[in-house]
Amino acid sequence: MIAALQVEGLNRAFGALPVTRDVNLMRERGARRALIGPNGAGKTTLVNLITGVLRPQSGRVLLDGNDITGTSQAERARRGLARTFQINQLFRGLTVIENLCMTIGERDGHCNNLWRSAGSRRAVIDEALDHLDSLRLTDDALKLVRELPYGRQRLVEIAIALAQKPRVLLLDEPAAGVPSSESHLILDVVAALDPDIAVLIIEHDMDVVFRFAKEITVLVQGAVFTQGTPNEIMNNEQVRAVYLGQEGHHGGRQGMHHG
Amino acid sequence: MAASETTAPAARGPTRERAANYLLERHRFGWAEALPWVIAIAAFFVFPDRMTFGSQVLIMIMFALSLDLILGYAGIVTLGHAAFFGVGAYTVGLAAARLQWTEPISGLFAAAIAAGIVGFISGWFLLRYRGLTLLMLTLATAILLQETGNLRSDISGGYDGLPGLTFKPLLGIFDYDLYGHTYYLYALAALAVVFFFVRRVVYSPFGQALTGIRENVRRMHAIGSPVHWRLVTVYTIAAAIAGVAGALFTQTNAYVTLTVFDFDNSAKVMVMLILGGTGRLYGAFVGAAVYMVLEDYFSKLSPTFWQFGIGLVLVLTVLFAPRGLLGLFEKAGEYFTERKRS
Repeated sequence: MIAALQVEGLNRAFGALPVTRDVNLMRERGARRALIGPNGAGKTTLVNLITGVLRPQSGRVLLDGNDITGTSQAERARRGLARTFQINQLFRGLTVIENLCMTIGERDGHCNNLWRSAGSRRAVIDEALDHLDSLRLTDDALKLVRELPYGRQRLVEIAIALAQKPRVLLLDEPAAGVPSSESHLILDVVAALDPDIAVLIIEHDMDVVFRFAKEITVLVQGAVFTQGTPNEIMNNEQVRAVYLGQEGHHGGRQGMHHG
Repeated sequence: MAASETTAPAARGPTRERAANYLLERHRFGWAEALPWVIAIAAFFVFPDRMTFGSQVLIMIMFALSLDLILGYAGIVTLGHAAFFGVGAYTVGLAAARLQWTEPISGLFAAAIAAGIVGFISGWFLLRYRGLTLLMLTLATAILLQETGNLRSDISGGYDGLPGLTFKPLLGIFDYDLYGHTYYLYALAALAVVFFFVRRVVYSPFGQALTGIRENVRRMHAIGSPVHWRLVTVYTIAAAIAGVAGALFTQTNAYVTLTVFDFDNSAKVMVMLILGGTGRLYGAFVGAAVYMVLEDYFSKLSPTFWQFGIGLVLVLTVLFAPRGLLGLFEKAGEYFTERKRS
């Protein structure tokens, strides 16, 4: 079977500092994986290498078996690779619904059209509203993104990624900066994702990781330290030593939250 | 519209329907949009002896409108937009002076194509950059074109320019009168065509994508937008429109000199747009008209210090109406509707 996403021998250094060292990953269709690791382990760099924001110095990235190492970020997105950012990247001066319509328009190639009015495509608007409905954002549809509280903005960030209808979805700390009173909404959304989408979640919050992931990859100093099921990772003495161990036990929210 | 194709929106809640209607209705023409055209036609009858000045206002509106496409919508900051105005101006100027091609309307098309080509080529190279780098490179483009003209002053006429150009009667019928009545209506018709086109583009999905690039280019890459291609496309369109404005400038003044490429010209159109309000179509109308009328008024008041007046108005605008005069009007409108409601 061809993996939805495959990373082979990926290397990247910033100057003399290696931040990604010979990383190999495999994500089959419908995978639910988490990537964890202490601060500075190179998690976001790895996401940037996979999505094409950065170029690796060696190694390959394959999407559905096709080598996409040399393609642009936009090309990868068009081929079904979507991501959310650790810090929201939204169209802050536009309304929430426009953020979604834009995404759908680019996905379906409408944005190449200079003549037909955007507002004449009822189907796009309805689909955008459906995405908002499913994240309970409909009441905010006509608000400017920058007027929303951060937690709601975080949901827009996820709504955009889902509106891309990706086959592989990378979530970079989806619950970061969201008050715990609202983070359950995000977790619900993540838990309810289409089972066909391969999802890789990067998260500090161990509650999220253990609830969501079927397999966990631990990244330390740019290299894959170990992989395994949540239980294996929890009971791995070495992982506890380098990552979980600082406060003596696992599973606790505070203990893992490096911020 | 096509509401019957899908589930009736009303069944899914009023907020949903309101949001859908907002997008469905947004691109429709409103009554207020007739206002600038009514004013322009009224001016024709009220100030029949100021029509030469009037056509200059219309030309600057068109020039500012082209800048609004790239600056206001796509967020491309440029200090060299006069380059395309100049290319258009010299296309019809050189065609008339050197090739005896003096038919005005085909001249506009030729100017659009020439300026569009220059826009496409320079945009292809420059639009990889942003911010200050782009600012300097656009400025350099205009200077390079100006100096090229200066280098071949045997063709371009150098800083003395190409004086005393004559053009064929419009459509072979309407000749030009001393008061510029023909030119005014000609420029108004050209502006109407250009405006209709720009308005279509702005409300198209492509236009929406431009605002996306302005708001967050990283996100645009991440949702698969060919950002560079979009920017080159809109830059080419804006260049072509600026070229048409330049061509009208040459035709209405019957001369052209290399000063059309001046930094002053690039800066002036940007000031007009900021004065009126960026990214809102009619900002170009308000800004260019107010600027030109003030310039005219102040320069009569004090031929040496008129720029002080312009400067003062600009400072006040930036301080008290950061979204331009049009933004100020909108804010006032909102304020009064709020008060009426309460």
